[in-house]
Amino acid sequence: MNWITNYVRPRINSIFSRRETPENLWQKCDECGTMLFHRELADNLNVCTACGHHMAITPRARFAALFDGGIFTEVKVPEPKADPLQFRDQKKYPERMKAAQKSTGEKEAMLVATGEIGRTPIVAAAQDFSFMGGSMGMYVGNAIIAAAQEAVKLKRPLILFSAAGGARMQEGILSLMQMPRTTVAVEMVKEAGLPYIVVLTHPTTGGVTASYAMLGDVQIAEPNALICFAGPRVIEQTIREKLPEGFQRAEYLLDHGMLDRVTKRTQMRDELISITRMLLGLSPAVKGELPAPPPAEPQAPEAPAAETQPARPKA
Amino acid sequence: MTQYLDFEKPLAEIEGKAEELRALARRNEEMDVDDEAKALDAKAAKMLQDLYRGLTPWRKCQVARHPDRPHCRDYIEALFNEYTPLAGDRNFADDHAVMGGLARFNDRPVMVIGHEKGNDTKSRIERNFGMARPEGYRKAVRLMDMAHRFGLPVITLVDTPGAYPGKGAEERGQSEAIARATGMCLKIGVPLVSVVIGEGGSGGAVAFATANRVAMLEHSIYSVISPEGCASILWKDAEKMREAAEALRLTAQDLKKLGVIDRIIPEPTGGAHRDRKKTISAVGAAIDGMLQDLKGLKPRQLITDRRQKFLDMGQKGLAA
Ligand SMILES: [Zn+2]
Repeated sequence: MNWITNYVRPRINSIFSRRETPENLWQKCDECGTMLFHRELADNLNVCTACGHHMAITPRARFAALFDGGIFTEVKVPEPKADPLQFRDQKKYPERMKAAQKSTGEKEAMLVATGEIGRTPIVAAAQDFSFMGGSMGMYVGNAIIAAAQEAVKLKRPLILFSAAGGARMQEGILSLMQMPRTTVAVEMVKEAGLPYIVVLTHPTTGGVTASYAMLGDVQIAEPNALICFAGPRVIEQTIREKLPEGFQRAEYLLDHGMLDRVTKRTQMRDELISITRMLLGLSPAVKGELPAPPPAEPQAPEAPAAETQPARPKA
Repeated sequence: MTQYLDFEKPLAEIEGKAEELRALARRNEEMDVDDEAKALDAKAAKMLQDLYRGLTPWRKCQVARHPDRPHCRDYIEALFNEYTPLAGDRNFADDHAVMGGLARFNDRPVMVIGHEKGNDTKSRIERNFGMARPEGYRKAVRLMDMAHRFGLPVITLVDTPGAYPGKGAEERGQSEAIARATGMCLKIGVPLVSVVIGEGGSGGAVAFATANRVAMLEHSIYSVISPEGCASILWKDAEKMREAAEALRLTAQDLKKLGVIDRIIPEPTGGAHRDRKKTISAVGAAIDGMLQDLKGLKPRQLITDRRQKFLDMGQKGLAA
């Protein structure tokens, strides 16, 4: 399948590099300090090639690597009322939003898409930690509801990648109300008899963990991801003692029975294909990278259709 | 003895003076302080009214947390008959921050569940200040499921600073427990009504308050984060809690405008703690009213009503 690698990779890389590393060719690993060539890092899904540390990855980059041929169709998310509380702290909320949109090139903190993985049609949603800490407000709630409705409509599994510091405080009580709202969404998928798989990535904390991110049929985490309700600092202040090494990290949660698996990002796609196909009673998938879905589908890698979503350049 | 809040200090002075005068008169029969004391009473009453007419959000937080405010236990004792506490999550422990069990409300058997903060040092510690651990939410899940199977309406009373941020709580899956409790609220085919009687603290409150109908006492609060927590994150200064309380829109009045709650239950002048009996009976009437609203709805309709309520939530701004 080398021709695919050669053909598809450059496209994916161009997506990665435009947004991740606009001018810097080298990036330092925040864990081991190794200087990594950006293209090599992108090829390895932002996992340090020296120490295996999982760095943040944007939803678009993740989807480009997840879906067959890097092709996916974005699902439209109903627009919520902007700044419903007219919130201001030291800055006005709309100003914070604008700054986040400018620095990420994204509209909000969650991306929803349909496509195929290993020729298995799915709906996927991914949270963007780089957008105001991935925080859950009305838009993220709407995105998860839209993802669930799409999954039910198309009878596809829903795979959700979580990453968030918690609720979006600037939406106050309405951010809190996303806990029940997203729980309704998860229920809809489950009632339709469809798999709901959660991939918890670093960090997933607060109200997000206490709702949709903990309700998967299968719960997978990326290595060393911080996953908690209350953050370690808050707990240390409460109990006035130092927490043990690795507390609230993925492996710790696995040990305490809160997760099914801890899986490296580079193996995640194969694992997701395998699990979803078994849950759906399908035959084993062809492993490895696949080109975009065959011509029956409107989009092909030769002609990037309107549905494909290359990252917008930084404004 | 009344415990005064910070902003009630001027009031405390006047009420104190009146009390002193009366004490003096008791010791000295010649003295006639009646008029003077009465004048002070009137002044105090006026001041109390003025103070409580326009409580700022931060002051409401203090009232909502007042130690003498009626707590879950007080409501259960006064409003329910045959209360039969049911304990334990069948996995690990019984969480005393959450109380609940079978009871009769207006003769009708129901399941009542609520956070209990405790009312003195000993009971506060035992109740963990109303901060539940995973076992508390799992007990609630168990009781809600039982109510569902036997067709009993569920009444929840919310009064918690939030879920307990402790080591064991995290290890035993605090977030999963809260998520399951919220999920169970959404799944049960019986009426579920909820009253925020004091503090509705974040996920710990949602786990009980994902209800068909939600009411709040006039000076109770319901928020995604405490004003102190919000201030220290967004203002990088915990002392900015007044500003944070303002910005978060955590009052019953704002939440009603936003369509997050259905009813506001008026409190006596000076807050629930100044007339506990009156407050408790007002809460009883509200619970009754909310149950009446849901009368005749079939299990499936109750579930759909609840889900739709939350799916629709948030489209409405404050402007209305
Ligand atoms: Zn490294």
